[in-house]
Amino acid sequence: MINSIEVVKVGIADMNIVRAPQLIRTSGLGSCVGVVIYDQVQELAGLAHVMLPESSLAKNGDLNIAKYADTAVKELVNRLIRQGARATALKAKIAGGAQMFQFASGNDMMRIGPRNVEAVKKELLFLKIQIVAEDVGGSSGRTIEFNTNTQLLNIRTVNKGVMDI
Amino acid sequence: MTFINKISSIHLDILKEIGNIGAGHAATALSTLLNKKIDMNVPNVRILSFDEMMELAGGPDNVVASVFLRIDGEAPGSMYFILSLTQASHFIKQMTGEDGFSFDSVPYSEISVSALQELGNILSGSYLSSLSDFTNLNLYPSVPALSIDMAGAVLSHGLLELSQVSDYAIVIDTELTDQEEANCVDGHFFLLPDPDSFEIFFASLGVPAND
Repeated sequence: MINSIEVVKVGIADMNIVRAPQLIRTSGLGSCVGVVIYDQVQELAGLAHVMLPESSLAKNGDLNIAKYADTAVKELVNRLIRQGARATALKAKIAGGAQMFQFASGNDMMRIGPRNVEAVKKELLFLKIQIVAEDVGGSSGRTIEFNTNTQLLNIRTVNKGVMDI
Repeated sequence: MTFINKISSIHLDILKEIGNIGAGHAATALSTLLNKKIDMNVPNVRILSFDEMMELAGGPDNVVASVFLRIDGEAPGSMYFILSLTQASHFIKQMTGEDGFSFDSVPYSEISVSALQELGNILSGSYLSSLSDFTNLNLYPSVPALSIDMAGAVLSHGLLELSQVSDYAIVIDTELTDQEEANCVDGHFFLLPDPDSFEIFFASLGVPAND
């Protein structure tokens, strides 16, 4: 019998959780940040594709919690704990937060990538989750895939190839 | 979100016409520039989730050549001119005469990047000026920025304004086709008005926003 390993895909402003041997992937991260939080022993991992730094930026009522760094990280941790992850064992890997276009104008939205990264780090620090590895900034899009068995985050960029962190 | 819920079929028709006029002028400009026949489809106006929008450009990790510009003025928004890599290198070869050009070898030569940026500049400029004439609104395009990267990465940038109010985007999408090489060309114009701009467009054309 052939065992094909299932890859769970996470869309933009979305999140999900997988258990080994499943893989979890999100594609086309630009200024967005992909946050992976995992418990190595329980072989559980969650991935959120964060688009904006703070939920206070939301201008209407129904909030998509996976879209904002502050709410997404909290919710991801809660879901992992509900699935049996241990709060103290959680670690994180993050990637993304690039600046896709270079503009002279100082509009705040133009530096959204770095702001997303800062917001994610702030929230992880607040929840005392250690960032084991990161690949942030730059000006290239990234596709990332987390392997729950090896705890490696595979990052693919156009022109710069593939690496594991 | 309110503005999406309020939109009626007449509104969608207006947006379609906006896309039609803009892209029609841009297609003419492209045709003049390259001295060949360019076909344009009737624009599609769709209300899409962000993920669906990435699919329009071939999926989030499909690599595309995109020219992005911000529209400032009375009806702010974002605009993209997106080309497949095959098409973009085809255009570059035609404009620069650099026959050996390929996106496989980085860094790209300065002239080819500049040519592509200028192509985007001319096309989006003609799109916007006709749109501005039609609506009588002052629209000022920013200097266009070029990026050769994954569709998800480039498009999400233009969704930032919208994403603060909604999980859906109204996309005015016009496809361009090159007649001489069937099923090869794929150019897309995406016009993404900021949430507050819809009412301004409708008002400028004499249609109330809530009818």
